[in-house]
Amino acid sequence: MQPVVVENIVQNYSTKKTVVEALKGISFTVDRGEIFGIIGPDGAGKTSLFRILTTLLLAESGKATVDGFDVVTDYKQIRNRIGYMPGRFSLYQDLSVEENLQFFATIFNTSIQQNYELIKDIYQQIEPFKDRKAGALSGGMKQKLALCCALIHKPSVLFLDEPTTGVDAVSRKEFWEMLHRLKEQQITILVSTAYMDEASLCDRVALIQKGELLSVDTPKNIIGQFKKPLWAIRADEMYKLMNDIAADPAVESCYPFGQYHHVVFKTQEKRRQTLEEIAKGGDHANVEIKPIEPNIEDCFMALMKD
Amino acid sequence: MQSEKVITAHELTKRFGDFVAVNKITFDVEKGEIFGFLGANGAGKTTAMRMLCGLLLPTSGQATVAGFDVYKQNEQIKKNIGYMSQKFSLYEDLTVSENIRFYGGIYGLSDAHIKEKSALLVKQLHLDGQEKTLVRALPLGWKQKLAFSIAIVHDPAIVFLDEPTGGVDPVTRREFWGLIYEASARGITIFVTTHYMDEAEYCNRVSIMVDGRIDALDTPANLMKDYSAASMDEVFLQLARKAVRSGD
Repeated sequence: MQPVVVENIVQNYSTKKTVVEALKGISFTVDRGEIFGIIGPDGAGKTSLFRILTTLLLAESGKATVDGFDVVTDYKQIRNRIGYMPGRFSLYQDLSVEENLQFFATIFNTSIQQNYELIKDIYQQIEPFKDRKAGALSGGMKQKLALCCALIHKPSVLFLDEPTTGVDAVSRKEFWEMLHRLKEQQITILVSTAYMDEASLCDRVALIQKGELLSVDTPKNIIGQFKKPLWAIRADEMYKLMNDIAADPAVESCYPFGQYHHVVFKTQEKRRQTLEEIAKGGDHANVEIKPIEPNIEDCFMALMKD
Repeated sequence: MQSEKVITAHELTKRFGDFVAVNKITFDVEKGEIFGFLGANGAGKTTAMRMLCGLLLPTSGQATVAGFDVYKQNEQIKKNIGYMSQKFSLYEDLTVSENIRFYGGIYGLSDAHIKEKSALLVKQLHLDGQEKTLVRALPLGWKQKLAFSIAIVHDPAIVFLDEPTGGVDPVTRREFWGLIYEASARGITIFVTTHYMDEAEYCNRVSIMVDGRIDALDTPANLMKDYSAASMDEVFLQLARKAVRSGD
């Protein structure tokens, strides 16, 4: 039995004048023990999807199950067996670190001791501050406490809604290392993020944009589906170079990526010469051109256009 | 060409009681430069930025912004800078043109000037026909592009961008950087913080704060060479891992 099955889920939000289609009939399944990433920008529908799967929101139509239980009729069973870390910090700010953890253990009829092994790695990092009020913790520590509270009843499926938003690169990396250790304990993890580079840390990902799934696959297969040759080019005047390239009729897209611009042509053939000519025509100095492998962000942008 | 310094900071320091939030930072930023101001959460970026914006008095050290002293001339500083962050930007319950009029008015532009700027801005951002739309109803990406354009509506010497692109889709994020390049080409200095390390590579120079100090400052290419790193992400991790103090 697959721990998460989503079939044709639709969700709309209506205001007086307009209807916002948050989820336009999406379907996917998640396998036992995998880290499944829902990757897309703000407003793509990630949080609506999480709220439906965690039984906090009723979908307009469609069907979904978690551990075989229906999100509408079996919501009580689902709530007992999942862990959920919402995007906004939702612990009790006026309880201490330890009191929060105690509280969540108690409402799930367990104790900190019973499942301590599961959270030990993470909890030890915040244990020196166990008497501090949760509201007075730093962002990184709040995140660790929230993860402990979501894990304390040993859930079979863990839902993490944008756990790394607004978190610096170091804490993000540590957080992902924690997730990989949890995966070894056979916990299925659904995690959403707006950071495209985090896709490579998932077993499979669903790329989501404007309520639709662009692709569901392993990061490697998504990259493999990028059909056209991709070029990286740099020169001294990067902004001018970008405009010069974008102005060429043979160019499909030209986007800055760190120190390079990534260029795709409208046709399949290799076009190093075209790039050399553009660079020459624009009097660019210190030009470097090389063919490269696409990353998830290249793929996401290409899929957005289709 | 004689370089013109838009920001100078010399041993700029801020203490809160025993806690040294910003510890003797020294650096200059030149006119038209895109300057990336990086650091882990809690490294002291926001405190430093608040001092440079004239919102917080330093404990010691010197700094000038757009030629004005951060101790004595903070009101002049506020008139000569723009500011935008992801958290605070526009008034959601005002329309596009009302927001432009409001900020234009705050910065003391004449009615005629505001009108002219409004028309230009709406055209540049392809918001034709949306002038009377509430900002709340705009997609996030448009909101952020509009917020940036409004932050420089008074042609400030420098604009401070505090994590301007969080959460937007990758295409919009790059369009946003297009606007940044354009402003920089017009001579507006850009001072930007970001958690996206690929964006750090778009900057002319980057500083990295660790525990209140600036531990590295150079072009992204030089930093990567000095730290034998393939990306700014690696440079950042090497430096930020040395931090002893934690969190925001």
